[in-house]
Amino acid sequence: MCRTNGDQDRDPEERVDDDQTFSALLEDSAEDLYEHAPCGYLSTLLDGQIAKVNATLLNWLGYERGDLVGRRTFSDLLTVGGRLYHETHFAPLLHMQGEISGIALELKAADGSRLPVLVTSKVKTGSNGQPLLIRTTVFDARDRRAYEEELLRARQESERERERLRRLATTLQQTLLPPVLADVPGLDVAAHYHIASVDEVGGDFYDLFSLGAGTWGLFLGDVCGKGAAAAALTSLARYTLRAAAVYDPDPAVVLGNLNTVLNHEYNGTDPRFCTVLFGLLTPDGDHGGFRITLASGGHPPALLIRADGTADYLPTPGGQLIGVLPEARITTITLRLHPGDTLLLHTDGLTEAHTAVRGDRYGDDALLDFGRALAPTTAQHTITAIRELLDTLGTGVDDDTAVLAVSVPPLQP
Amino acid sequence: MDVRSRHQVRVSGREGGPVVVLAHGFGCDQNMWRLVVPSLERDFRVVLFDHVGAGRSDLSAWSKERHSSLDGYVEDVLEICRELDLGPVTFVGHSVSAMMGVLAAARHPEYFESLVLLAPSPCFIDDPATGYRGGFSAEDIEELLESLDANYLGWSGAMAPVIMGNPDRPELGEELTSSFCATDPDIQRVFARVTFLSDNRADLADVTVPTLVVQCSSDAIAPPEVGAFIQDQIKDSRLVTLNATGHCPQLSAPEETAEAITAFARPLP
Repeated sequence: MCRTNGDQDRDPEERVDDDQTFSALLEDSAEDLYEHAPCGYLSTLLDGQIAKVNATLLNWLGYERGDLVGRRTFSDLLTVGGRLYHETHFAPLLHMQGEISGIALELKAADGSRLPVLVTSKVKTGSNGQPLLIRTTVFDARDRRAYEEELLRARQESERERERLRRLATTLQQTLLPPVLADVPGLDVAAHYHIASVDEVGGDFYDLFSLGAGTWGLFLGDVCGKGAAAAALTSLARYTLRAAAVYDPDPAVVLGNLNTVLNHEYNGTDPRFCTVLFGLLTPDGDHGGFRITLASGGHPPALLIRADGTADYLPTPGGQLIGVLPEARITTITLRLHPGDTLLLHTDGLTEAHTAVRGDRYGDDALLDFGRALAPTTAQHTITAIRELLDTLGTGVDDDTAVLAVSVPPLQP
Repeated sequence: MDVRSRHQVRVSGREGGPVVVLAHGFGCDQNMWRLVVPSLERDFRVVLFDHVGAGRSDLSAWSKERHSSLDGYVEDVLEICRELDLGPVTFVGHSVSAMMGVLAAARHPEYFESLVLLAPSPCFIDDPATGYRGGFSAEDIEELLESLDANYLGWSGAMAPVIMGNPDRPELGEELTSSFCATDPDIQRVFARVTFLSDNRADLADVTVPTLVVQCSSDAIAPPEVGAFIQDQIKDSRLVTLNATGHCPQLSAPEETAEAITAFARPLP
């Protein structure tokens, strides 16, 4: 059966009983609700003297009504710090606004313990707008305060963790770079590593080292990605390059070996690759200077800044990323570094940096102009100028940047 | 930025009348004076301003070096006097500003006709060595700083301008919007330290201008013996105890407060 007309079908006497129960509840509630409400009630005179207080609050604080009414002020119930706060903030605002809400204070109980509360007060005014008394509700904020303390503790904990991570990343970064670059007679060498984020290990690397018999190897590269995986790849690339160069120093063979190693190591669903410039330096006995053979695996070209004041990139077109294909195509060029020439190798963190012009990148052309403006220069000057440039670009440099420069000192007149 | 906008200076009241400069204390801004200003305006040229960091002052003018001691605030007060060039003024300083008045008048008495120190305290912390009772311990002051922190998040909510019981003065609504007693929490922390950790008892004797000390009959922040101490230390001073209670008589008893200021600062007819 489906009854749609509800109460109308019920016994009239039944309804009267309901109403009586309901109104009894209502009648009972006014006084009882005040006394035993789930929050504290407090009425004070304008000078703060307590005029009325409910049983809930008395219970919380462990006072008898006679202890407080007519004898104490609201401010007396506060901790000393809370009282100062009350006098300098709470009371003036209540005066001016007529009400104030959600203020966190601590009340002192009769036994000396403290009760964290949230307080809301409102001035009751007479018919002519004159303020008569202040009504205050007090909410037990123990849970909330504990929750806030937990939040604060968690925040401090996460700040500590972040600091630890930062230290770890910085240390790891340092281990991926050579502590010192080899000393090459007749060649000036300088390098710089710019860390874009202190939270993550970047993937740039470089080195310059002796291969015996008057030859030196140098490389500078950039692995894909950041963080722990990039660090592992960086480490593998560095040691492979050094070992491969001992076995056969031909730059194209060295990069070919690195390509094979990366293919073997990361052959599954997680291919990893890098770009590298590898160079082999030999003194050019007859001319005073160095011969350098550079092999590129997909890396931005080196910049030659000449003694005669000109500067140009050394294009190595067609060189492919190392680690992607089983047989990477590697292009090689050979050139002479004459006295007064400087060779600069860089990673794209520099040229990809955002400039002050919205959406613009620093770019290859700007770096070329930069080199031309410096020419002629030295390795040390070039790196100093690049560091200043990185400072100017500031937060626009959002990827790690490595730069390595070698120069042949000019002939003494 | 010029001094007037830096401090949101407002000048009102009787043209050519004697000048009173009203300086608010820690916790609020020049709105603290709004109930006494109308009656003072009848007799005086009234100057209101916000300390740097309070109310609608220029927050960028706040500097940790300058405002980590009362000296920075005293310099601000002297700059206001210099800028307005209204001749010797009666400086009314509430709470911590009373001590700014003491220091400013000791340094440049020529700027001041007289001082009114409203609910002042030269030192809030007890000094058992000399028997001085400021009413608080250093731990109490740390507790206040915790109270400030506990309300850090909620404070902006409490700032909401709920204007009650002023239907006859709608201009207040306009004025109180958005920045009513709002203070940057970091600035407030520093100002709290300046206010409650300064000790200027030794500076009181340097005041040479006539001074009125006004205290309330009961004040949780500045107990009565502190008022007596100040009156004892400043040579040319009088002490008035109001019937008013609390630390802000300009709010709780504006008529009585305005009368005390007027009776002291009004030139004899």
